[in-house]
Amino acid sequence: MNRLNYLLRRLLQAIPVLIAIVVLNFMLLQLADGDAVDVIAGEAGSATPEYIAQLRESFGLDQPWYVQLGHYMVNMAQLDLGYSFRQDAPVLDLIMTRLGPTLLLMVSTLVLSATFGCFLGLLAAVGLNTWRDNLISIFALVSYATPLFWVALMFIVVFSIHLHWLPTSGMETIGAFYEGWDRVVDIAWHMILPVTTLSLFYLAAYTRLMRASMLEQRGMDYVMTAQAKGLPERVVTYRHILRNALLPVITLAGVQTGSMLGGSVLVESVFGWPGLGMLAYDALFSRDLNLLLGIFFTCACLVVIMNLCVDLLYTFLDPRIDLQ
Amino acid sequence: MKNFWQQYSRNKSAVFGLVVLFALVLLAASANLLFPSDPFKLLGAPMSPPSSEFLLGTDSLGRSVASGIAHGARTSLLIGLVATSVAVLLGTVIGGLAGFHGGKVDNLLMRLTELFQTIPSFIFAVLLVAILSPSLKSVVIAIAVVSWPTVARLVRAEFLSLRKREFVQASITMGMPSWKIIFQQILPNALSPIIVSASLMIATAILLESGLSFLGLGDPNIMSWGFLIGAGRSILRTAWWVCTFPGIAILLTVMAINLVGEGLNDVLNPRLREKDQ
Repeated sequence: MNRLNYLLRRLLQAIPVLIAIVVLNFMLLQLADGDAVDVIAGEAGSATPEYIAQLRESFGLDQPWYVQLGHYMVNMAQLDLGYSFRQDAPVLDLIMTRLGPTLLLMVSTLVLSATFGCFLGLLAAVGLNTWRDNLISIFALVSYATPLFWVALMFIVVFSIHLHWLPTSGMETIGAFYEGWDRVVDIAWHMILPVTTLSLFYLAAYTRLMRASMLEQRGMDYVMTAQAKGLPERVVTYRHILRNALLPVITLAGVQTGSMLGGSVLVESVFGWPGLGMLAYDALFSRDLNLLLGIFFTCACLVVIMNLCVDLLYTFLDPRIDLQ
Repeated sequence: MKNFWQQYSRNKSAVFGLVVLFALVLLAASANLLFPSDPFKLLGAPMSPPSSEFLLGTDSLGRSVASGIAHGARTSLLIGLVATSVAVLLGTVIGGLAGFHGGKVDNLLMRLTELFQTIPSFIFAVLLVAILSPSLKSVVIAIAVVSWPTVARLVRAEFLSLRKREFVQASITMGMPSWKIIFQQILPNALSPIIVSASLMIATAILLESGLSFLGLGDPNIMSWGFLIGAGRSILRTAWWVCTFPGIAILLTVMAINLVGEGLNDVLNPRLREKDQ
């Protein structure tokens, strides 16, 4: 019951953040050339005059800015993100069809990079200042400094063009119409390169954090207690230190959601992965600003949701969290 | 100063980073001497592989990749430096005000900072450049707008702890005006963590810039590494060198700056270093 209350309270705290993001979206609309309706209608006049007139009315553009903001917020609250004339579909529908592939990409990346990152960080911390530690540190340093989109292109050169092992782009083999398990395997096959590319970068962050976290926990009093009562070093490391060292990693997973969504714009556009990032890339090229704003809003919401999930997860993992 | 060098040179990888960075600055400074013609100019046959005439080959239009990299070095370093300066200034002002005044001001400014940290930064930067239309100025603005929150939080934490120290309390008792306390007493003592995080931010800014110009959001009149890679994308199958070399340039630059930042951290924040070991 306590936990439910806690969750509800956190949910309430998220509302001002969402409102602030909507206001920010509104301000960005004002920054763009022309008025908000020009932007929403797709700038170049591809919208019908009737629709534009109707939009102007619904936005109340002759009214002061706070009334306009009010209209905008009411629209957003009803999840009315406008219409994309370039793609000839409501923005919300477009985003919904692309959400799945992006979530698939992100969850796989999260699992892969967190698992391997923790493992590597653990290895580095256990063998502090040995060749293993140094090698892992160098790896983290390099992958932290490599632009995602460049890794993606290099992977395509090596694994797709020269070795012909993996497909260059897309999520499924076009025209194959696989079903059932064949389809799952096909998608998994297409996922390898994008997920590896995205994971490499975040892997470095997890590795560094895990190493630092292990080293920090090692100096705590409870470790000394465990050692003093004669527990073998292995048990102290894996039972006591490891469990506590994992907590910051979960925080990082929440913090990184936003950055990962940004990375997915680059990775998806290189690999032609049909997700939100690819949609953003297309919107950028067709100057479909309203669609871009819709994607931005969706991504911000995803980050808020992810942070809520992390908070909730914490209540299970760390009994010290005060639910009051 | 001598002491500083002695401590800095104890970290071998930081020295390596400094050497690479120095070479890059040299390359950027001498770009006009080494490659006097405009990097956008078509110099040879399109897509010629690396040879003695074109050290790193040419792209799909016959532009020299080596020249593009040399001129791009100026863009990357310049944008990294300027955008970081703007972000550090903004972050220091906001974080400083929050940390110094505390209470309601702090609460409000920290909510704002948290909001900007929640927003997916790269997508926000893309959106900003798209709205402001691609130019050097809008790229700098976009990078600064998404980078300041880190500095703000850092400066706030420093100010909060320094504010309670006796020398600051003494200055308040003496009736020193707030701005004097901030600039003469607190800020000089908070400078070293700011410098360290600023140096690391330059690396992030360069990565961000390369991502933006890869998506075609760079200044169309200025050569940059991200632009080169973006332009080489469509001919990846036949001319791998167009994408490969600019990427290596980004990798080396970002790595070198990170190493220098870590080296500075070791020298300027000795407390942290001891905690690390």
